[in-house]
This record gives sequence, C-alpha cells and structure tokens, in this order.
Amino acid sequence: MRFISVLRTFSIALLFGAGLEISQMNRPRKVIGFLDVFNQWDPSLIFVMIGAILTNGLLYMIFIKKGRIDKERGPLFASEFMLPQKKKGDFPLFIGSALFGIGWGLSGFCPGPALSGLFRLQSELILVAISIIAGFLLYEVSQLVKKN
Amino acid sequence: MEIINFTPLSAFIGGILIGLAAFLLLLLNGRIFGISGIVSQIFSKDRDNRSWRISIVLGLLAGAFLIHLFIGTPEKMETVSNMRLIIGGILVGIGTRLGSGCTSGHGVCGISRLSMRSIMATLNFMVWAIITVSIFGSGFSN
Repeated sequence: MRFISVLRTFSIALLFGAGLEISQMNRPRKVIGFLDVFNQWDPSLIFVMIGAILTNGLLYMIFIKKGRIDKERGPLFASEFMLPQKKKGDFPLFIGSALFGIGWGLSGFCPGPALSGLFRLQSELILVAISIIAGFLLYEVSQLVKKN
Repeated sequence: MEIINFTPLSAFIGGILIGLAAFLLLLLNGRIFGISGIVSQIFSKDRDNRSWRISIVLGLLAGAFLIHLFIGTPEKMETVSNMRLIIGGILVGIGTRLGSGCTSGHGVCGISRLSMRSIMATLNFMVWAIITVSIFGSGFSN
C-alpha cells in the first residue's frame, strides 16, 4: 500500500512537472519576460495562471466545495482535507510575499521550476535550487532562535 | 511596451496540467499543491511522513524531463547572473516560508479556492517582482 501511495503522489506531481515544462515556466526568460512589463512584455505567464486556476477552480467548486465529495468523507485516500486555517492577511504574509516577489524578479525562479528543471544538471540551476533551500533553512533557524 | 515571445497556447495547455495536478492532490491526498511548503518541510523538524514530499519532488523532475525528451525543450537554460540567482534564491526561500506560499500554493491553489490571503499574497508578490525587474532590469543581455 505504501508503494501505491508513493506512486500515486509521484504521478500527480508528474503532471505538474510536465505542465511547467510545456508552458516553459521552467525558463527564467519567460518568467522575467512576464515581469518586464514596462519594457518588452511576454504575457504568457498569465495564460498559465488562467489555465491552472480555471481547471483547478472549476473542479474544486464542482467536486469538493459543492460537496459531491462531501467534507465529512474527506479526500479519497487520506483522512481529512489539510487546508490552511488562517483566513486574514497579516504582517508575515505581506513581508514574506514581498521578499518572495523581489527574489522571483531577481532570479526568475520560484520553487517549482527551480526543482523541476534540475534534470538538466546545469550548474546555474543547481545554484538557484541550493539558494532557495538555504532560504528555507534560514527561516527554520530564525524560528528556532525566536522560540528560545 | 512591446509584446514579445508570446506563447499563449502552450502556456494555457501547461496551465491546465498544473491545475489538474493541484486538484488531484487535494481530491486524493487532501493536500494543497504548494511546492514551497511541501519541499521545505522535508527539512523541517516537525515533519510528518517525508515520503510523499519526496515523491512530489521526484514527480516534478520526471514530468519535466519526459516533456523535454518528447518535445525537445532547450538543453540549457539561459539564466541571469550568479549573484542574482543566489540573492534571489535565498529571498525566494525565506519569503515563501514567511508568507506561507509561492506561485503554486497561493497563485494556483489559493486563488482557485478564492482564498483572500492567497489573492492578496499573489498580487503583492507580482507587484514586487515587477518593481524589482523594472529597477534591476531583466538580467539578460538581449
């Protein structure tokens, strides 16, 4: 059963990775091209977001929100939906998303593309993936320091 | 403003696959497909069950690699300077943890569920990213 569950999760992520490569969102030039609004603009990223949000949003509304798969029964292969509990914006959300935006604009990478493009074994891609993971670890360390 | 390199069809098709994957992970596993959260907690102290998180990373890699094999996407990616990659990468890592999400968790999953937090976060990181590129330039020579 463990193997089946790993295979299921792997297959779902396979679709996501395929989507990133097909849409070319693994290419920093496409991402930065989208962000370069005031110069030469490549609007493709908006179409990725529209495709993803329409698909996910409609399926979510029909099958989960409207209760065809009712909340009591939960997801098909887990005990409950693990949804974020916070509803309102707060200070960490604004500072965090601003820092992320600056980093995204500088590097042209967000976490998904930085990882899924790693099969290229290109030194620059390894560098950015390690830097992102270093950022994750710095955050963990800051939380530990805060606690003590 | 001049529009260049616009690829709406491949973008839209790729987007559909991403949205489908996000839906399936919630429907089957009850989890949000937020890559920063999934991956960072491989390294976290209060980790639950690492194997599914590692399966996600391997699946992302395999999916991108298969498409690369089938349709021959570029062998090598053009990137910005190493300095921008390092500083940018670290900010992406810290920022997505502090702000509880990235393009996938807030942008794709949160907006699909009409979460106010995710809509605010996505607008905010887009604005800051656009400001950053307008100040520092694209980082590409041509």
